[in-house]
Amino acid sequence: MLRYTIRRLIQLVGVVLVLSLLLFAWLRVLPGGPVSALLGDRSTPEKAAELTKQLGLDQPIYLQYFKFLGRALTGDFGVSTGVQPGDSALDIFIQRFPATLELSFFAIAIAIVIGVPLGYLAAKRRGSWFDNASVVGSLIGVAVPVFFLAFVLKGLASSALGLPSSGRQDAIDATRVTGFFTLDGMITGEWDATFNALVHLILPSIALATIPFAVIFRITRAAVLDVLDEDFVRTAESKGLTAPVIRRRHVLRNAMLPVVTTIGLQTGALLSGAVLTEKVFGFPGVGEALAIGFERRDYPVLLLLIIMATSVYVVVNLLVDLSYALIDPRIRTR
Amino acid sequence: MALLEVRDLSVVFQRRGEEPFIAVDGVSFDVEPGQTVGLVGESGCGKSVTSLAIMGLLPKRGAKITGTVKYDGTDLLKLSDREMRDRRGRDLGMVFQDPLSSLNPVVPIGLQVSEVLERHRGMPRKEAMIEAKDLLDKVGIPDPNRRLKEYPHQLSGGMRQRALIAIALACRPKLLIADEPTTALDVTIQAQILSLMKELVQDLGTALVMITHDLGVVAGLCDEVNVLYGGKVVEKAMRHKLFAEPRHPYTHGLLASIPRLDAEPGEKLTPIKGSVADNIPWSQGCAFAPRCPNALDVCVQVTPAEEDQLGRLLRCHNPVVPGTPAAEEVPV
Repeated sequence: MLRYTIRRLIQLVGVVLVLSLLLFAWLRVLPGGPVSALLGDRSTPEKAAELTKQLGLDQPIYLQYFKFLGRALTGDFGVSTGVQPGDSALDIFIQRFPATLELSFFAIAIAIVIGVPLGYLAAKRRGSWFDNASVVGSLIGVAVPVFFLAFVLKGLASSALGLPSSGRQDAIDATRVTGFFTLDGMITGEWDATFNALVHLILPSIALATIPFAVIFRITRAAVLDVLDEDFVRTAESKGLTAPVIRRRHVLRNAMLPVVTTIGLQTGALLSGAVLTEKVFGFPGVGEALAIGFERRDYPVLLLLIIMATSVYVVVNLLVDLSYALIDPRIRTR
Repeated sequence: MALLEVRDLSVVFQRRGEEPFIAVDGVSFDVEPGQTVGLVGESGCGKSVTSLAIMGLLPKRGAKITGTVKYDGTDLLKLSDREMRDRRGRDLGMVFQDPLSSLNPVVPIGLQVSEVLERHRGMPRKEAMIEAKDLLDKVGIPDPNRRLKEYPHQLSGGMRQRALIAIALACRPKLLIADEPTTALDVTIQAQILSLMKELVQDLGTALVMITHDLGVVAGLCDEVNVLYGGKVVEKAMRHKLFAEPRHPYTHGLLASIPRLDAEPGEKLTPIKGSVADNIPWSQGCAFAPRCPNALDVCVQVTPAEEDQLGRLLRCHNPVVPGTPAAEEVPV
């Protein structure tokens, strides 16, 4: 197991290297660039040339790449030119990643808490109106574009329910400890800060939860349907076990493997930055930084954020694979 | 009074927009305490459905069950879901056909045995585990302490079936139903499992309903035999009587189609012609008539009634004359 994990992590290094090379080339091919984005209307050929030189963009691209690699090894990923001009790209990531983590956690928690029980019930009552209704509901969940739902929530729910629809926390004087605003308040005892951060999370996490919810629901339903037909469920019934024991120990434990995979993949996708949702709700996470970074051609920030998003995705996948062994003894003993 | 009295048990599967399917058609039999009764027939004759109906394991929707199944005087079919749950595993145990798929792959063997004890005998987990160890020992699983923590895929086929038997007998039910318990096993293991079951039901005084298509199993185990065809009992007799003088052409055919070691080289097997039709009607004549070598005109017109002939129940217009050798040879 340990050797397997190490091999996977070494593979990750290879993935990051190849990805950085591709990204480097690809970002340069995009029309426009940091220079025109920074100068805007005030651009003159002289100013542009000066800034290009200042940013090191006049050098051959392979030299730029090797310089980037060399600096990256020392933890220097360059300075933002667009998202938060002047801040180091790494600082931007460190500052924004907890926000995305917090948002993803709540979104995936909503998706699991609703999706798994609903999927179980729908399977148990296969063909009933409840089953049909929830299948249609999950279809809508997948089909409605996130940006549309986000705007609807922002426009309707926030005014009707008085929920905040932008930002991560109101400008209140809160002590920062971990970067997770909901946790910070609990640690320092500033409960109003925790509450304020939670309220800000409600609408974006609902918007973000819809697709993972729909996917988790459908996979759970399909997995439970498969397991309910298994002989060992009939054996469990023949033992006269109570319904909760059969559900937990015999049905759900067996149905969990595909569900855990799905949860992992969805979490990975959310952590890589919920670009649309964060943008609409002005939520200062990785996704929003990506959106702004593309608008302003912020090469250092884009490069770092995309590499980190990929790494997170790969690591989450590794964790999912490792969790199989916990769930399924047949994999453990092989 | 018999331990189990099955009277006129019928199971009809009804799906929306489809013809109702009569799987079991008025089956009656008794099981005395400690007795072993066989239900024999080809696939599709209704023997498994009969057992699931007794256990209350048929789906609630789509299966219409009529008749009575009296266990110790109580009609199981009239019990509520909860009352039946209390009895399954405690009063009635069941062993299934495929031991691998019948065990939960992600739960250790020990827990799969002990959970029955926890449920019906209110034992705490620790105590139930000790009892589970004893049970595994009793069914002949070596090194039971280690096996408790292992998973089904780590056990051999024979050991899995032993574990299932331990589960079914954990609460010492008065009745055990075994649905083709040896079909999925190697021949050598089959014999071991059968002798284990025989030994255990004798030791515990458990009555056994043995469901099988294998007359060899019946010969070694059963006191009384019910031969089923198309959801009805066509012949019922004590084992010796049935083997010595099969009267129903179907029983006769089943016995004749068993390969014998003492047969002359080159001697042909005599299989029963054809196969079980999907939906066998007993409404017009005998369901076996199309495959029967003894069929008369009356067989396809009048449904034969059940007749009692000196301790033997027979449903046939033209039974086999005692002493008749295997019916005409059919080239295979």
